[in-house]
Amino acid sequence: MVGILAKLLMQVRFLAGALALAFLITIAAPAAAQQPSSVNPTASAVQERQLLQELNRIQGRVSIPDRKSDVLEQPAGRDWRQWHQVTLRWIGAIAILGTLALLVVFYLARGQVKLERGFSGRKIVRFSAVERFVHWLTATCFLVLAVSGLNVTFGKALLLPLLGPSAFSTWSELAKYSHNFLSFPFTIGVILIFLMWIGSNIPNRTDVEWVKRGGGIIGKDHPPAGHFNAGQKMIYWIVVLGGGASAVTGYLLLFPFYGTEISGMQLAQIVHSVVAVLFIAAMLGHIYIGTIGMEGAFEAMGEGTVDVNWAKEHHPLWLEDELTRTKETQAQAAARPAE
Amino acid sequence: MARMKFLCDADRCIECNACVTACKNEHEVPWGMNRRRVVTINDGKPGERSVSMACMHCTDAPCAAVCPVDCFYTTADAVVLHSKDLCIGCGYCFYACPFGAPQYPKVGNFGSRGKMDKCTFCAGGPEADGSKEEYEKYGANRLAEGKLPLCAEMCSTKSLLAGDGDVIAQIYKERVSRRGYGSGAWGWQTAYREAIAT
Repeated sequence: MVGILAKLLMQVRFLAGALALAFLITIAAPAAAQQPSSVNPTASAVQERQLLQELNRIQGRVSIPDRKSDVLEQPAGRDWRQWHQVTLRWIGAIAILGTLALLVVFYLARGQVKLERGFSGRKIVRFSAVERFVHWLTATCFLVLAVSGLNVTFGKALLLPLLGPSAFSTWSELAKYSHNFLSFPFTIGVILIFLMWIGSNIPNRTDVEWVKRGGGIIGKDHPPAGHFNAGQKMIYWIVVLGGGASAVTGYLLLFPFYGTEISGMQLAQIVHSVVAVLFIAAMLGHIYIGTIGMEGAFEAMGEGTVDVNWAKEHHPLWLEDELTRTKETQAQAAARPAE
Repeated sequence: MARMKFLCDADRCIECNACVTACKNEHEVPWGMNRRRVVTINDGKPGERSVSMACMHCTDAPCAAVCPVDCFYTTADAVVLHSKDLCIGCGYCFYACPFGAPQYPKVGNFGSRGKMDKCTFCAGGPEADGSKEEYEKYGANRLAEGKLPLCAEMCSTKSLLAGDGDVIAQIYKERVSRRGYGSGAWGWQTAYREAIAT
């Protein structure tokens, strides 16, 4: 009896259980349909691809006290890499080797620009001691900056195989420090050059004539020129503007995150390096014409005086001015009664 | 040999910064430097997302390409490491790195940034594995001990995965197919030029 009752109870319990389960499933069915396993709780969150397409960089917020680390991703570094490793090397190599090749060809074809009437033996002051000091201050700084700068771009390919990793690293670190510290006297030199010679470097009508006649570089022509001819004025403006641009961009790189963030520094490096290689190319021309390119030219910056015949041929208007001024001073001195 | 990678499952990252702390502690990273960091995009707004980021040990690494003294090298496990003896602290790797990984011990005025420091995938540096010199310069070398990077090992939600690229990609794929969503492997397209198809 008890056995049958127990069996019945079990059957009832089973039925009730089955019913309850069926009931639950029926109730839960619509809910289950609404809540599939593929609900995405972060569906509204930002997507990497979308962010990169919008700005090409992903920036957020970090809880560490280092604001510059809040850029999560900046694929622009890849473009900068391409620039530094490929484009810049080509521009630099073409500008510098191209200029050197042109100078060699020019020297072989034209030779040194000689003084037609030879040296007269009479000298005239062209640059004061202060002017020469500023010139050589800027020039020596420039040479060190140029070599140490080129080392960053070309050293790995040219010097590293010769010196080996350890020696090359020591040299490069030294070069880096020289580059950073000599930038200060160089910048001061550029500013002084700007102030000192601005008066005689404003382009005027004489320059048009000088340029039209090609500066008399080819042949034996000598177009008139004042204190500075159009070519020298060009060098002046290359130094002032190129030096200024490399100083500004250089200081942005020297003081990271003070003026710009990373994209600004990439741009600063691009401007800095292009200006620098073109600057170096231009200075090669300047060095050439100031040394082996022209007879009697180096003395101007070397000793500060030039031969009167050199002045007559290359800067006749300046010579006239100087002579008039001397005469006036002498006349004034003569007019004053001796005491 | 494995091809080591990091993978941050951004749908799981809760910005607890345990990875950051674990890394700093394991390697005695000095004040002011962080080899790993968690960046939160749209912080506090709907659609907020956090991603843990460090050096991704890129394929054809841009830092190595632009380094003027060639101080980087890639290990057999494809981990990108560098020599602090050769580094001149010029900062070029920082311009090229897509992930802001390189760190410098000094603020950086006058170009004296000091030797660059970055995530080593817990694989030390060129010195002998587990040596005192290696630890002082680069931190612990867990990989040589057969352990994976501590940041990923300690991740509370197992959001950050570190290990062989194929293995962690497989784990991520399975997760995505099980839960039905995934925002992809952040940084993979930039670092490895490949995404995980899910």
